Parts: sequence; structure tokens; C-alpha cells
Amino acid sequence: MGQPSAAGARIDAHPASRIVSGLDFLGVALAALLSVGLVALPLMVVRPNRIADGTALMVWSALPAGPALALLCVSGLATPLLALRIPPSVRLAAGAATLLLLGLAAGWAADHLTPPGDRYSRVSPEAGWWLAFGAAGLATGDGLARLRPGPGMRVAALAAVAILAGLALRSGFWDNLSVMREYAGHADTFGREVRTHLGLAFASVAAAALVGIPAAILSRPVPALRRALLAILNVVQTIPSLALFGMLIAPLAWIGRTIPGAAETGIAGIGPAPAVVALFAYALLPVAAATVTGLDAVPAPVRDAARGVGMTSRQRLLQVELPLALPGLLTGIRIVLVQNIGLAVIAGLVGGGGLGVFVFQGISQNAGDLVLLGALPTVALASSAAVLFDAAIAVSRGRAAEMRP
Amino acid sequence: MSRAGYLAHLALLALLGAFLLTPQSFAGLLRPFAPGDTAPIYTQTPLLTLTVNHLLLVAAATLAASVLAIGFAVGATRPAGRDVLPFARAVANLGQTFPPVAVLALAVPVFGFGPLPTLVALVLYGLLPIFETTLTGLEGLDPALLEAARGMGLTDRQRLVQVELPLALPMILAGIRLSAVIGLATATIGSTVAASTLGEVIISGLLTGNTAYVLQGGLVVSALAILIDAAFHILEQGAAQRTGLRS
Repeated sequence: MGQPSAAGARIDAHPASRIVSGLDFLGVALAALLSVGLVALPLMVVRPNRIADGTALMVWSALPAGPALALLCVSGLATPLLALRIPPSVRLAAGAATLLLLGLAAGWAADHLTPPGDRYSRVSPEAGWWLAFGAAGLATGDGLARLRPGPGMRVAALAAVAILAGLALRSGFWDNLSVMREYAGHADTFGREVRTHLGLAFASVAAAALVGIPAAILSRPVPALRRALLAILNVVQTIPSLALFGMLIAPLAWIGRTIPGAAETGIAGIGPAPAVVALFAYALLPVAAATVTGLDAVPAPVRDAARGVGMTSRQRLLQVELPLALPGLLTGIRIVLVQNIGLAVIAGLVGGGGLGVFVFQGISQNAGDLVLLGALPTVALASSAAVLFDAAIAVSRGRAAEMRP
Repeated sequence: MSRAGYLAHLALLALLGAFLLTPQSFAGLLRPFAPGDTAPIYTQTPLLTLTVNHLLLVAAATLAASVLAIGFAVGATRPAGRDVLPFARAVANLGQTFPPVAVLALAVPVFGFGPLPTLVALVLYGLLPIFETTLTGLEGLDPALLEAARGMGLTDRQRLVQVELPLALPMILAGIRLSAVIGLATATIGSTVAASTLGEVIISGLLTGNTAYVLQGGLVVSALAILIDAAFHILEQGAAQRTGLRS
């Protein structure tokens, strides 16, 4: 018996299965998560101080009547919409409206639940809020993905989110939330640690690109050399980051002590030097491997044509092969940049600074909100870097495609 | 893998076994890295126990991640799941940007201290490589092959189990390998939230300035990663040969 096609099944379907075929499989799951988060789980938690146990509150007790009604109305409208087969733009709007309301609700609840003048009580989102936020975020992303946005639109979406979040942070709308209380307590060092974090990630990736790309270009024509290079870098990848950071402390301290002038340039066992060297070591393999695969993927006829028109090997490399390998190369750099923004957190454990300082302080003080103060910006930085680089890769792929025969 | 490669890996395995069973016989080698007259070998918990715990944690997480990720990927490549595919891609893509440490740190407020947040973080982080490679494996199959399978009268389920999954197996194994190797390194960070792994040795070394501890913890994890990587490569080659498509 042949398999009936999807369209055929729809024509002779039963009324019940016609309703089912009008449902969106993923949308139903997300709508269910959203409703469970808002109706069955507590929205916020209030604690008398930073580390005490708290009281979990449902939507109706965490928010004043008006905002609670607004949140439930918007999500109540969005839930059935998400469950049905609707155009992607409607899906995007429903998800984004719910997200916006959840963001507002967190601020409203914090203002509502904090007694005036109280500086010790802590209000944080609870399981229900996170679940609803996750479901609404996924629904928004789903709508966006189905629109198949081009690079420009993706960057615009990122900018819109960044501007909204920036406005809310700047206006002090979330200031009564526990994470922002932690921020207020660490405001003097926060900016510096963010800069250190980005410095660690970007410096190590830039150094890896400066070393890894030429090394890959030079060793690629010699199979033995190229195998050896990739094998060594592969072993470096297996060393756990925690250990690599630690192993570098002693040799760098020794270099800082014994080689004149090294200490002045910042080479020491304590501080950012071990972190930069370790992140550099991790970034080398993906960059070198991406260069090799990118160059390998240049079609042979293109190489022959370039040779045929009398280009020197240097001209071929710079004008033909590298531009064609650029998308692959950028993909490699994107992977390591995102990876290093995440790994730079470990630097906080070995005195290298960065956002990891807050994460590990929070873990040792059992203060979950301090952990969030370190982790949330890290995730935001890594995701933004990924979106921006993906857009750049899409653009460069378009360019490379124009060059191909 | 070449003959020399096999021998090198066997030697590494023997060395690792010897170190874990009789760590004290290696004390002389690590002595120069221990400051003053501190012990060069970590003895708080036997290294073998920590290694076994470490491996169990990673194995459990990788197994759970494999089942979930392969299930998702199979679902997303069925006709009913086609709509979800761009979304699943985007989630997998963005999910990779979540640093493992951040996943671990965010899991602590929810699951408390101990092995549980580490397990959750490892599963979540292990999902993505397996999902991506399984998807690539299933999507990259020659349509003519699938058409032939349909022409032979195989049902959807038979096609999946007898044709698609075996052909995609080398790619799936590559994803599981990546996930396991990443998990091995990430599990060390679990010790910052009180999971019993080899990270305990490294962190103890960092806190007391004892490079010998950092080295032994780090090198044991590296050796495990190299050996597991090699074992999966052998499995992948076997699976690729069985497909009969590649040499």
C-alpha cells in the first residue's frame, strides 16, 4: 500500500482530524508550557534578605490587579494563537507581546512586593516566570525563524532587543529586582569586569587568527606538516580549561620573574596572562582547521583558471583563494569567539578577572542572583556575537557565491 | 588509524591505568611541581574513585543527551516535523552560544549543589552537537536511496530503522564523540558546585597553589578524552564501512 501524501490525507479527513491538522505541533507544546508556567507555577519569589529562604507567589499575588490582568489577558490571547497554524508574522507578534509583558511584569512585581524603603528584601523571578519566558522566547524565535530572515533583519531584531533592554535598565525599571540589587552592590567593578571579559575573549581570538591562519596556509600544501599541526592542536583541545589555566600559572610566573621586561608587559602568574594564553591555545585548532577546510573547498577549476590568467601564487592566494575561503574562515572565528566568551568565565577562578568573578563569588556565597549577574551578561554577549557573526558569514557567503563559476 | 596510532593509544591507556592504580609510584615525577614539602599526589579521595565518578557522570549525561537529541532530530526530519526544522536549527545554533559554565551556574539556583546541576548542564550542553550531526546525517542522505527504499515497499518505520539511521550512524557517532569529549572537560567545572569529579583535584591545586595537583587532574582528564575520542573514531570507521558508501 502506498503512503498517502499529506495533502491527500487532508481532503478526506474526518472533522476531528481536520481540527488536529489545523494545530501546530510545536506551537501546542510551547502554548502548554506557557500556560503551565503562568497558571500552575509560582511567578516570583520574595526573600527577607539575600540568602534566606523565600516565599513563592503565584501571578495573582505577585502582581497588583491591573498588571496581573494585563499579563494573563495577553498570554491568554497568545496561547490559542500559538497552538494554531497561523502566519509566522502573527506568531512572532504573539510571542513578542508575551515576552514584553513578562519583562514588564518582573519590574512591576518587584516594585509591588518591595516594601517602601526596604533595602534588604529580594524579589526574583521563580520557576513559572522562567518557564513562561523560555516558552515565549522560543515562540518568538520560532516565528522569526519561519520568516527566514536575511542577515539585515536578524541584526535589526538583535538591535531592537538590545535597545529595549537598554532602555529598561537605564530607566531603573528593574532596579527592585534582586539581580539589579546585586548590580547596585557591584556597580563599581561591573563595567571593568565586562571590559576585561571582552578583552580576554577578543585578544585571544585575534592572536589565534594572526597565528593560526598563516600557520594553516603555510602547512596546508605539506600533508605531513599539516597532519602534525592539527594533531597537536587537537590534543590541546582535550585539556580541560580549568587545568590549562592552572598549569599556565607557574610557567608564566617564572617568565615574569626571570625575563627582564616581561613583568612590565603584564606577564605574570596572577592576573589575565594565564587566561589569555589558555584561551589562545583553545582558539588555535578551530581557526587553523577552518582555514584548511576553507581553502580545500576552493574548486579546482577556479584555481586552474587563476593560474591560467597568469596570477602568481601570492595573487591567487590573496585575490582568489582567501576570498572564497572567507565564509569558512569566518565560521571558524565565530565558533572560537563564542566559545571563548563562555570560557573566559573560568578566568574568574584563577584571578584573571572578567564576569566569572561574579559567577564564582556567587557560587561560593550561595547567592544565586550574583551568579546570574555574571552568567546573564555572558550569555547575552555570546549570543550577540553569534548573531552578528552569522550575519557577516551570510553576507560573505553571498559574495563568495558570486565569484564561483 | 595507523598501527603506530593504535600502539600509542594502547601505551597511553596502560600509563593511565598504572597511574590510577598506583599513583604513589609517580610521586617522584610530580615532586618538582609541588611547592615545599607538600604531597605531590592528591590523596583526599582516591584518584581512581574520582575518575570512576567522573566517567559515570559523563556517560550518564551523554547517554541521556544522545537519546533526546537523536529523538528530536528524527522528529524534525519526518514530514510532520518539517515546519519545526528551521526553528530547531536556530535553537541548536543559539544554544551552542550558552557557555557551559553559565549553564552550570544557572542550574545551581534550581537544582542546588552536588552532581545534579552538573548532570543537567552536561545533558543540555551535550544535546546540541549530537542534534546537529544527526540532522546533517539524516538530511545528507541521497534522495535516490530513500526513493529506492520506498520502491522496495518499506514502511516509514522500516525505512528509518533499516536505511536512514544505519546510513547516518557515522555522523551520529561523531556527534556523540564531540559531546562526550566536551562533557569530560566540562565535568571538571562541576566540582565548583560540589560534584565529585576530577575537577576536585584541579581546584584543590588552584586553591593551594599546588601545580602538581593541577597537572595530575588535568592530564588524567586529557588522557581520558584522547582515549574516548580514539575509541569513537574506531566505532565511526566501523559504522562507515558497514554503510558501504565510503571506503
